[in-house]
Amino acid sequence: MQLTGAQMVCESLLREGVEVMFGIPGGAILPLYQTLPEYPALRHVLVRHEQNAGHAADGYARASGRVGVAVATSGPGATNLVTPLANAMMDSVPIVAITGQVPRAAIGRDAFQEADTTGITLPITKHNYLVMRAADLPKVLAEAFHISRTGRPGPVLIDIPRDVLVEKAEFHYPEKVELRGFKPNMDGHARMIKRAAQLIRESKRPLLLAGHGVTISNASGELRELAEKAQIPVITTLLGIGSFNTDHVLSSGMPGMHGQAHNNWAIDRADLIIGVGMRFDDRVTGKISAFAPNAQVIHVDIDPAEVGKNVRVTVPIVGDAKRVLHALAKEVEQSTRTDWLKEIDELRDRHPMRPDHDPGKLLPQHVIRELSEAMGGQAVVVTGVGQHQMFAAQHYRFTEPRSWITSGGLGTMGFEVPAAMGAAFARPDKTIWSIAGDGGFQMTMSELATIAEHRLPVKFAILDNNSLGLVRQLQDLFYDGVQTASLYSGNPDFTKIAEAYGIWTTRVTEQGQVRDAIAGAMAADGPAIIDFKVDPGENVYPHVPAGETVYEMLEGPVGQDAPAWLS
Amino acid sequence: MAELETHTITALVEDKPGVLARVAGMFSRRGFNISNLAVGHSEQDSLSRMTFVVEGGQQVVEQVTKQLYKLIDVVRVNDISSESIVVRELALIKVKSTAATRPEIMQIVDIFRANIVNVSKDALIIEVTGDEDKVDALLQLLRPFGVAETMRTGRVAMTRGGASTGAKRAAQPVPDHNAPDTDVVP
Repeated sequence: MQLTGAQMVCESLLREGVEVMFGIPGGAILPLYQTLPEYPALRHVLVRHEQNAGHAADGYARASGRVGVAVATSGPGATNLVTPLANAMMDSVPIVAITGQVPRAAIGRDAFQEADTTGITLPITKHNYLVMRAADLPKVLAEAFHISRTGRPGPVLIDIPRDVLVEKAEFHYPEKVELRGFKPNMDGHARMIKRAAQLIRESKRPLLLAGHGVTISNASGELRELAEKAQIPVITTLLGIGSFNTDHVLSSGMPGMHGQAHNNWAIDRADLIIGVGMRFDDRVTGKISAFAPNAQVIHVDIDPAEVGKNVRVTVPIVGDAKRVLHALAKEVEQSTRTDWLKEIDELRDRHPMRPDHDPGKLLPQHVIRELSEAMGGQAVVVTGVGQHQMFAAQHYRFTEPRSWITSGGLGTMGFEVPAAMGAAFARPDKTIWSIAGDGGFQMTMSELATIAEHRLPVKFAILDNNSLGLVRQLQDLFYDGVQTASLYSGNPDFTKIAEAYGIWTTRVTEQGQVRDAIAGAMAADGPAIIDFKVDPGENVYPHVPAGETVYEMLEGPVGQDAPAWLS
Repeated sequence: MAELETHTITALVEDKPGVLARVAGMFSRRGFNISNLAVGHSEQDSLSRMTFVVEGGQQVVEQVTKQLYKLIDVVRVNDISSESIVVRELALIKVKSTAATRPEIMQIVDIFRANIVNVSKDALIIEVTGDEDKVDALLQLLRPFGVAETMRTGRVAMTRGGASTGAKRAAQPVPDHNAPDTDVVP
């Protein structure tokens, strides 16, 4: 069967089970767009900026566990995908990006809207392709989807010159992809699993550190099985949140820079750290030489390059989290560990989170707690990056995997708007709460148009402190309070912006209004925006200064007798 | 000055456009130092073989190996430093010469079993093959005559014996080269 390159792309997307893609057309990619009407099963969502197409594909992928697809034209269309590709690369999210390229004969001649897309995206994709023959397209698409979703997931980009999209060739879709350079190891090494089980048996003070890998490999059940059988407290990294029910008695919260203080103290005392699907990122470890000084380390990850990259590992296990945890759970003994669990409870009592310490103020953590209570674990929560993200990570209670979507490794402000949109397409059965900062929201709020168009049930809770809150916090704590370029003097009226898009909206200025506003947003058909005017002076605590140890951790405002807000 | 620890690594890679950029880009963005890189076709169709010399200890080499494996186009990686290997590099050296100095240069070339591949009125081009020390020594002896130009290929290496380079690792019972489990233990 002879097909055009564009038809081949569509046929391939259908075979990979793609239902929706996010994108913006342009000259070089236009042959693909003009072919879309022949394929009504492929739904295209026209977004307002290519960055948002990429983040939407990311949010879609994280919420569904499937590959997200973004489409852009050559030149600026492709370069606008750089941030979302880097974001997906850092957080191991499966995305396939399809970009148009100038015609083959024009490549390398600085043609109109030409950019070296594969060159630019080389370090921020798991793999990328420049396709020079239409006949290669089926194989390339099959490989791209396979690479993107297999092993440690990641973004793959396919760059297609315009004349390749119109070139005709025979279409044969490969039934199976064989890549001699890409064969991820799924089962952990049996001897290593035995050694790990032995270490767990001998350990008096073990901790499980669960990361994004647990969610990605759908290993929550296996994680719970292991934790319950061996009675090991579970700490979830920022991206691991949701992989273990927050309300479980063994759930301990988040570690690291803004994690609950008792977790950092527990890590300091632990004699065994079992890291699963996580990468001992600097936000988790702080000063690496002082991290978990008394602990041996079992590191389970599907990416061999992560094992031994940051911390010294006693037992490395390269494999899929689900299979390894299952094998480990079978191998370990039933334990009680009453003393250790009691010790952690005591640590938690001595180092509690800052509660609503001032009922006279509208505090961000109060808003999060109210939202969490109202939703009862039933929403998908998407955040951007900054204070609002940390408050949400600390105070929201998650009952299921894939209900927490946040930009972790790259720390991309503005992620909260397009990613929430993508999540809404992935989970039409769910309400999506986008917890936003006023800074990030303004970076990507152009996507409100798309959200309004499709009447998506995306509810925005803007924790509006009229500033880049985390930057302001760093300046206050570590730069003598010199607030350079962190306070806004001309923020728009977010409720008026909502009105412009025909989106339900309200403003909240005091604690008493929070509950009704949330109820109002839930009752509204489609999207909603609540502008929470939160206290601009509030800081995120605890705060381990970058590169420092748990002993330098600030658990509350400097100068205040620790922890005075307890009494 | 203390001698830098170096490792010779060979990699089999897909013979595709851009594969060198992928490998070189990975080295530079992860801050690995390579003092040498040579690429050429291998004995197998559609595969090229690269030889690198990496500066750093065991831990660095382990990360280099794993990061190379993460590149889809890299098929096999081997640190052959501890194995019995043959190492060679080829150099072309253009040295200034006159009728008076030519015999002396030719003598040196003979001693090094090098070849003169081009003669002109005022210069000779010498072709030499050997390990880096041999090439360095020849260069040092030629320098007084005036070395106009040198071109060195960089190190290529091969393990001795009948098996192809890297086959030893592949024959081990660990089924998957992507998971060098046992190599990770510090």
